[in-house]
Amino acid sequence: MTKRQKRPSDELSDEQLLEMYYYMVLSRKLDERMWILNRQGKASFHISGIGHEAIQVAQGFAMRKGHDWYFPHYRDIATCLILGVTPRHMMLALMGKEGDIFSRGRQMPEHFSYKPAKIVSVSSPVATAIPQAAGTALASKLQGKDEVTIVGFGEGATSEGDFHEGLNWAGIHKLPIVFVCQNNQYAISVHVSKQMAVENVADRAVAYGIRGVVVDGNDVLASYDVMKEAIDRARRGEGPTLVEAKTYRPVPHSTADDDRSYRSREEVEAWKKRDPILLFEKVLMERGLLDEAKKQEVLDRVMAEVDDAVDYALNQPYPPIESAAEGVFGDSPLVKWSKKGTING
Amino acid sequence: MAIKTNLQAVRDTLMEIMERYDNVVVMGEDVGPRGGVFQATRGLYDRFGPDRVIDTPLAELSIVAVAIGMALNGYHPIAEIQFADFIFPAFNQIVNEAARYRYRSNGAWPVPLIIRAPYGGGVSGGLYHSQSVEAFFTHVPGLYVLAPSTPKDIVGLLRAAVQVPDPVLFFEHKRLYGLVKGEVPDDYYEIRLGEADIKRRGDDITVVAYGLALHEAIKAADKLSEQEGIEAEIIDLRSLVPLDLDTIYESLRKTGKILIVHEDNQTGGWGAEIAARIAEEMFDWLDAPVMRLGGPDVPAVPYAPPLERWFLPLADKIAGKMRELAEY
Repeated sequence: MTKRQKRPSDELSDEQLLEMYYYMVLSRKLDERMWILNRQGKASFHISGIGHEAIQVAQGFAMRKGHDWYFPHYRDIATCLILGVTPRHMMLALMGKEGDIFSRGRQMPEHFSYKPAKIVSVSSPVATAIPQAAGTALASKLQGKDEVTIVGFGEGATSEGDFHEGLNWAGIHKLPIVFVCQNNQYAISVHVSKQMAVENVADRAVAYGIRGVVVDGNDVLASYDVMKEAIDRARRGEGPTLVEAKTYRPVPHSTADDDRSYRSREEVEAWKKRDPILLFEKVLMERGLLDEAKKQEVLDRVMAEVDDAVDYALNQPYPPIESAAEGVFGDSPLVKWSKKGTING
Repeated sequence: MAIKTNLQAVRDTLMEIMERYDNVVVMGEDVGPRGGVFQATRGLYDRFGPDRVIDTPLAELSIVAVAIGMALNGYHPIAEIQFADFIFPAFNQIVNEAARYRYRSNGAWPVPLIIRAPYGGGVSGGLYHSQSVEAFFTHVPGLYVLAPSTPKDIVGLLRAAVQVPDPVLFFEHKRLYGLVKGEVPDDYYEIRLGEADIKRRGDDITVVAYGLALHEAIKAADKLSEQEGIEAEIIDLRSLVPLDLDTIYESLRKTGKILIVHEDNQTGGWGAEIAARIAEEMFDWLDAPVMRLGGPDVPAVPYAPPLERWFLPLADKIAGKMRELAEY
């Protein structure tokens, strides 16, 4: 990063800093509980955002809520919470219960979707959203709207052709878009060194004529600085940025993974010392904004919300069976179906 | 009543649609100043400019993906895949994304989008400029699949397709672009998706077809009528999904005999599904086995003229099958 007098994060108020901390802890505690619910047999699957909360909270605070377009990475629990998804929503989706706002129990957990916040529906094939995000950004630009599109993904997704094509479009049309790669160094088990021959994902930006920036994705304020600048530039018509947030996933890829087969415990433990929440607590304490009592207060508030969300979701029914056959197509007077109850006829 | 070719029907309707709806953009390779390699978009760039007639990178995946993104953000894009043969890089975007967006978001994120693609053989296009790809997509709930084969039907279905709030694959048989001329009514009309059209009346056998096979089947039927007194009823599907089973069944109740013809490979082609439906629901009405005539099961259409003719569902081949069915 270039040196500057003032960083965007300097503009954040004490309240905002503490709110950022709250969302990091809320996301973490929800996430930890999701693992437990899976192990208890109450949720079939969970894919985690643990360790990624700094960049996720940073981007959530840097975007204009409900105005900017957001294609989440499937780990982006924290960002979605900031944009208006509630802990109850997260737990309903985790269990596939009625009231799941993402998909009404159709998709696996963490496949976020929330139209009022312009959170676009996530699918499981990685990188597919990257060129789609170029499409929403192109639409914003052609309509003269000052919306920015933010699209998240992991470093594994950057090996897909969709990544190349999306960045190419963004460069050609100088689109209002920020590509956010959360590089946690492993695509399930495959290390980043087997994913690419360059040191940084961001190095690839030059090939598309766009800006590339590397940031410590475990440092929430540094991440905020980079995200805020990238989004502001995009909004001003100065073109796309590829942000690479270097981070680490201290837990397995998902509840279906066992990471002991591909990396040492020492490596994981070393990274836990750089836990983004620990790092931010240190900053807040240095600034006199946080002490042990305040930490406990945040934790109590968060745990109450987590407990409430779990209790609520456990007591909800599943969606009715007949709902699974609904909504394949929208209604249209210009379509005639011969046979009711069969999709293609 | 104007007389137009299939190609003129496509071009004029695109022009009309873009005039009518501000949120329609046309995008694809060479669709801009070049007007498309088949000239289907000629004149659009001059009329509407680069913001609405978008020359894309040579990248089918993102032609569709960017169109999806634009559809999410207020547009109704009409994307062109230059040849249907090249649609496969976009397969994931069409099948896993466009077709599933509405369902996976419980209706929150529909994707109104048309993907046009010229398909089919008969133009010496060899393996990679001749393919029929519709069966890959008719299999997928969430996609409308259209294959109109006359100027009138192209106009009516394109007008309707652009008002439907979901992805539509609009296949245009490229051999028919200049070959088929027909009347297009002057008064505005639309044709609903899912309505087949009886292109020729007859009481002896029913023939279901679309594309080049439709026109060859009509030729064959006229010849059989003249020379052998066999009267075939020819149903033009026009719309593959939804499939107009009502019209097919009604004809079958009259004739008791049915032949399904398409240029796409016979095995697993859309005819297989139609045959299966008939077997399940119309068994009692059948006086003969359901017959199919599809493309031979070779990977694609060969280049050399006699080999290409061997592949295609031309009138003589269809007539043979029709005779076999009539005589059963």
